[in-house]
Amino acid sequence: MPKHRQTPSQTVGPYFAYGLSPEQYGYQHGLSSIAGPDMAPPDVEGQRIRVEGRVFDGAGNPISDALIEIWQADALGRYAHPADPRGSNSNFRGFGRCGTGTDPSNRFFFDTIKPGSPDPGQAPHLNVIVTMRGMLLHAFTRVYFSDEADANAADSLLALVPEDRRATLIATKQDGNVYRFDIHMQGDNETVFFDV
Amino acid sequence: MNDTVNPRDWAGQPAYIAPGYKSTPLRGPTKPLIKLPSSLSELTGPVYGPESVAGHDADLTRNGRRNGEPLGERIVVAGRVLDEDGRPIPNTLVEVWQANAAGRYIHATDQHDAPIDPNFFGGGRCATDAEGRYRFMTVKPGAYPWPNHHNAWRPQHIHFSLFGPSFATRLVTQMYFPGDPLLDLDPIFLATPAATRNLLIAAFSLDLTQPNYALGYAFDIVLRGRRATPMEA
Repeated sequence: MPKHRQTPSQTVGPYFAYGLSPEQYGYQHGLSSIAGPDMAPPDVEGQRIRVEGRVFDGAGNPISDALIEIWQADALGRYAHPADPRGSNSNFRGFGRCGTGTDPSNRFFFDTIKPGSPDPGQAPHLNVIVTMRGMLLHAFTRVYFSDEADANAADSLLALVPEDRRATLIATKQDGNVYRFDIHMQGDNETVFFDV
Repeated sequence: MNDTVNPRDWAGQPAYIAPGYKSTPLRGPTKPLIKLPSSLSELTGPVYGPESVAGHDADLTRNGRRNGEPLGERIVVAGRVLDEDGRPIPNTLVEVWQANAAGRYIHATDQHDAPIDPNFFGGGRCATDAEGRYRFMTVKPGAYPWPNHHNAWRPQHIHFSLFGPSFATRLVTQMYFPGDPLLDLDPIFLATPAATRNLLIAAFSLDLTQPNYALGYAFDIVLRGRRATPMEA
């Protein structure tokens, strides 16, 4: 038995922006941002992509006060973290944050690089945390890529997801290097959320 | 053997849908979560430590000053970040944000008719030291009304955000103050199971109190621990 119980989660509330993503929201007095939507400085190697989308509530309305966080590997599939012995060789930290309150249509977006496959048996993916006012604890999901059909078909974790729900985890390639990934909190197309 | 992160303590966490908190029924996931075995993606996570903290980031009575001191009751909020086995979590970032002493957030969408304090920003961060200790100086946030139900007021609270050692240990929570009569009326606090909700309330601490300057509150935070499990063949 563990000695201590985990501190319970509480909602991020509606006013997280100036604490967690101040620069994106234009707060110039007080605090700088540790992370934002622009994840890849110019010297980071890899294919530049943009991942964008909206977050919809159970009534189908876009949510204007959600916070999306992304954790990802570099172009060679390496995480900038001590538990990955390969070590990322670039200035790529792999973490991004974007609130849905600054775009007129409530999109989030991340300008980043396409990750490589981090593990044998796993397709390239982004690890995602979704949180907002009205969520008492954050949800985990993943973004896979529509132009990685073969790798997705061989992915051992996607295989755990019922086939008719897998599409909710796959970002659709648009023109250019843009991938679209909408998140549906509820409904027939409810995005798959994981117990991580 | 292979390290994995302990599961979320579901019995101690609020549910996604808590009808008393009226924004949850349309926003919380409704389908069962799918259990994801830990892989490198979950056992790694964003690395932010002392190098992410500068200047007065941990002193909210200073980092928003323009022409004077912020108004309100100065407080020290300090504690340790531990895992479930009591091991300290060193060098991890602790981010906070809060309302000012009048109960007003600087956020553009906060329309509560209480004064903005030109010398208080309300956001800050610090990193834990080698023993998992963190410390903020700030002012006690005010209570404020919210539109959840008639005459609804949030208890005084400070928002906390932590990473911990991996993606799986991320925590976003709120710290409350002892003796606040609004706690027993707050649907967000009450959505937390009775067995664990008191873990969200700081303790007044004379040890942390600075004579002639600021009252002290102690608040320890426990993140998911880790265990060694046999590697799958």
